[in-house]
Amino acid sequence: MGIRFVLLVNKQGQTRLAQYYAEHLTLDERRALEGEIVRKCLARTDQQCSFVEHRNYKIVYRRYASLFFLVGVDNDENELAILEFIHLFVETMDRHFGNVCELDIMFHLEKAHFMLEEMVMNGCIVETSKSNILMPIQLMDKAS
Amino acid sequence: MALTGMRGLSVFISDVRNCQNKEQERLRVDKELGNIRTRFKNEKALTHYKKKKYVWKMLYIYMLGYDVDFGHMEAVSLISAPKYPEKQVGYIVTSCLLTENHEFLRMVINTVRNDIIGRNETFQCLALTMVGNIGGKEFSESLATDVQKLLVSSSCRPLVRKKAALCLLRLYRKNPDVVNIDGWSDRMSQLLDERDLGVLTSVMSLFVALVSNNVEAYWNCLPKCVKILERLGRNQDVPQEYTYHGIPSPWIQVKTMRALQYFPTIEDPNTKRALFEVLQRILMGTDVVKNVNKNNAAHAILFEALALVVHLDAEKEMMSQCVALLGKFVAVREPNIRYLGLENMTRMLLVSDVQDIIKSHQAQIIISLKDPDISIRRRALDLLYGMCDVTNAKDIVEELLQYLNTADFAMREELALKAAILAEKFAPDLSWYVDVILQLIDKAGDFVSDDIWYRVVQFVTNNEDLQPYAATKAREYLEKPVLHETMVKVSAYLLGEYNHLLARRTGCTPKEIFIIINEKLPTVTTSTVAIVLSTYAKILMHNHPPDPELQEQIWSIFRKYESYIDVEIQQRAVEYIALCNKGAALVDVLAEMPKFPERQSALLKKAEVAEVDTAEQSAIRIRSQQQTSNALVVTDQRPTEGSLPVSQLGVVRMPSGKMEASTQDQTSFQDQGMTKENGVITEVVPQDVPPADLLGDLLGPLAINGSPATAVPVEQRNQNLLSVVEATPEAAGSLALTTVDNQPNSIQPIVNIAERFNELCLKDSGVLYEDLHIQIGIKAEWQAHHGHIVLFLGNKNTSPLVSVQALILPPTHLKMELSLVPETVPPRAQVQCPLEFVNLRASRDVAVLDFSYKFGTAMVYVKLRLPAVINKFLQPISVTAEEFFAQWKSLSGPPLKLQEVLRGVKPLSLPEMANLFTSLHLAVNPGIDTNPNNLIACTTFYSESTRATLCLIRVETDPSDRTQLRITIASGDPTLTFELKESIKEYLVNIPTQTSSAVVAPSQPQSPVTPVAYNDPGAMLAGLL
Repeated sequence: MGIRFVLLVNKQGQTRLAQYYAEHLTLDERRALEGEIVRKCLARTDQQCSFVEHRNYKIVYRRYASLFFLVGVDNDENELAILEFIHLFVETMDRHFGNVCELDIMFHLEKAHFMLEEMVMNGCIVETSKSNILMPIQLMDKAS
Repeated sequence: MALTGMRGLSVFISDVRNCQNKEQERLRVDKELGNIRTRFKNEKALTHYKKKKYVWKMLYIYMLGYDVDFGHMEAVSLISAPKYPEKQVGYIVTSCLLTENHEFLRMVINTVRNDIIGRNETFQCLALTMVGNIGGKEFSESLATDVQKLLVSSSCRPLVRKKAALCLLRLYRKNPDVVNIDGWSDRMSQLLDERDLGVLTSVMSLFVALVSNNVEAYWNCLPKCVKILERLGRNQDVPQEYTYHGIPSPWIQVKTMRALQYFPTIEDPNTKRALFEVLQRILMGTDVVKNVNKNNAAHAILFEALALVVHLDAEKEMMSQCVALLGKFVAVREPNIRYLGLENMTRMLLVSDVQDIIKSHQAQIIISLKDPDISIRRRALDLLYGMCDVTNAKDIVEELLQYLNTADFAMREELALKAAILAEKFAPDLSWYVDVILQLIDKAGDFVSDDIWYRVVQFVTNNEDLQPYAATKAREYLEKPVLHETMVKVSAYLLGEYNHLLARRTGCTPKEIFIIINEKLPTVTTSTVAIVLSTYAKILMHNHPPDPELQEQIWSIFRKYESYIDVEIQQRAVEYIALCNKGAALVDVLAEMPKFPERQSALLKKAEVAEVDTAEQSAIRIRSQQQTSNALVVTDQRPTEGSLPVSQLGVVRMPSGKMEASTQDQTSFQDQGMTKENGVITEVVPQDVPPADLLGDLLGPLAINGSPATAVPVEQRNQNLLSVVEATPEAAGSLALTTVDNQPNSIQPIVNIAERFNELCLKDSGVLYEDLHIQIGIKAEWQAHHGHIVLFLGNKNTSPLVSVQALILPPTHLKMELSLVPETVPPRAQVQCPLEFVNLRASRDVAVLDFSYKFGTAMVYVKLRLPAVINKFLQPISVTAEEFFAQWKSLSGPPLKLQEVLRGVKPLSLPEMANLFTSLHLAVNPGIDTNPNNLIACTTFYSESTRATLCLIRVETDPSDRTQLRITIASGDPTLTFELKESIKEYLVNIPTQTSSAVVAPSQPQSPVTPVAYNDPGAMLAGLL
């Protein structure tokens, strides 16, 4: 039970954020995996469910405007809990950036990473309180 | 778009974004990489700020999928920076770019430790997070104590403690000993009292990991979990920040219920009541609401509650509530809920008495099988497969067949396999089974593996009643203008065997059958040509009264193939022509194939592999196949069709009784090892000519995969208890086992250990032991007096096997070294334990492996003999007659040369004996002994003290009585002569076979099946219906 990776990919299939947990993949493996997943998920319609079985795990995904949030999880993970965790991530970014969009994440890659780092550690959820998640970033913003 | 002080980074990102195509992007990235590389190289005193900027660029480039093979040092060095922004970048980028074994990590281990034990909370958090993400064994050793202290410290703030919890989880996974110390259960129990929900979120993940490895130690935590659920369920003491769309942290609730699923049951009535109240409220109180997020969160909890109820096998009322809910879910339109409904219903099937209720939703489920969404279709397929039994098999299989027409390619193979298995398991009558398989081949030939058609051939061969029907069907399919090649194979085979049964029907004269098959011949590949040629030979045999025209047609085809490029086909054609000239002998040689001995379906095994990974042939699939239990067996799998003609060759040669076969070189003999084992089939149906080799090959993959119960996952086996339509005694035996001994403390092997050992004495890889939880496979290599065995410990469960211990009691003649055996075998994983042998001298003593493990509460101990037997230290050698006789004469009489007359020997033809000798590493040297009934074999024995010692063996057989023979063995070492003689004697008197399930099965008293049925799967199948 755990999160294997978090991927943010836009409609064109460009990776906007990638964070892998547990198993470390080589560059080629990573490229292949991202390619396969993106092809699979992006082809799906809104009427289809948010879960895609891939290799020996599942991808729980959600689309926000031009951006797809894809989370790879073990097969026994609670899918809906992950689906809402994605939303929590988006809500958190929204709180910080205000009307978050793809460009925010693209140009503030480090912040997206800081937030994710506060939320997930080694494939487990660490924190779900938005203010706690954003605390370190706010501290840093104040400092600079 | 300015970024907090890192203008260069924004500019770069913008540049990349503005690139028109991939090529431009690459150029821009390369330029930047060059720039960073020069900076790192030339500017020794790069400021931390600049380093930070470059390191972020590196991460960005890495994320885009480019190789960043430098600058890791700079990233790591930022960890030691004094200021927070730089340090943070150092930690984050390091954990993205580096793996746990990277040598650079070792260099910062002290800095990391200082950050962890230091006073600066933010530094502590950064360090804990990085270690939590990529910390390896070394970190585990040096930091575990500090991290534990932080976790339980009362002075430490939640923001540090929550990270410490997950950091400890990582360290624990790297080295379980870090929390095995006494008192952890009390600590854990205290931690579960935590008020701060952030800490509790992390602690719960840690707890799940601990409890999944050792439930026993954490019983005291169970009530705490229920308290947490009560607290969240009633929304007591839950800060607003931890409510998600009005629901108190759904993630903690889900995790807590997951943790509870590791406890086998709940004993304390108060705790139980409290938990059931919570669950009841969730089951009853979850309504569909408009707010999608709230709805999802509530259903996340609901589905977890369902799983927990099912796990606890709660009261009937609650269970039926669950089924009702799931019934509702599988019918809703909302795809997520329907998907989860199907998935959870499949899980629920493991609880036996809901099968009937689930069946009432069959129509709904079939609708989902046609859903446009493949995820949903796949769940529906799994559920239908799981819920199938004798009562609904016809409907379900027909639905699957229908769906096959439209199914996407990704699913067809799985679909075909599942349909074939269900048809076999639950066939109401055998003709239906034949119909289904032929339809399968017809509709989805490309996706029907060979195993599937081999299996139908087996059934038909073993059931005389079925033969005319199958032949008729085959004949009908041949009418189709376009036919899949597999269909050509199976039709040709069936019509070759049984064309005479159709003789009186219209369109079924030998000639007509020949013509219609012959139409297909130009389009098929060589593997099919081989079968078709045999079919023609058989048609020719049934050609009574002889039709000269047909005979001429067939002969002309044989003649055509006489000069065919493929050597196997050519050989076959030559042989058939030769046979045709022998007249009556043809009838003997081409007689109907004998019945097949009982075999386990290889399909079930495949299904399990397919379950691991359903669609693609991905790297992970390959890896998982290597890891799962059948990996060893797979290595034995020869290309079946390719080897088919090879052994056909043997069919002709054997009757001549000459030893030509043995002139083949050693390797081809070993290649034929399988054929030899299958060749033993002839014992079942004694005939003058052993025609078993063709069968042997047909059966090859079935036989190899034969280990029966592995094929069915444990849960499924339990679930199949009701439907005992298992076609095999061994499976029935293990079924019986699970019913009788459902207690975990009476784990029985599901393979015959002695038989496995015997097999492994003759070959170098295979399964040594297997029970419900573990499979131990072996792969061995032998080189002179050295041996190298790898033990593969495969955990078949979804939970880990713990306290694994392997101890070897080496006999005095072997020096052995067993590498470290891990204490835990993770779920579904396979670990390898290499084992080295050095042979000191000749002895028949056997090394014994004392193996034990713990599953749940049960300790399992087994003693297993290891196949490091004397013949493994032999290397075959060929000698000339002169060399042989010179040695033979010089070693005159006992104790160097020993002779013994053996009686009660298992009757073996000379070629069979030669094969046995070859597997024993004895080289059969033909032509030395002029008497064709005698056999000369030579080999060299290796030990540390003696090095190579030549051994000579002569066996004199009596063609009129194959149960007795005289054996003479000579070598320069009296002990060796004696030990070798005794060892060979054992093999001759008690020949280990792979096909002796009929012999072994009665020794399993648990098996409720009558022995008569053992040899006849069809009869069994029919008898049970």
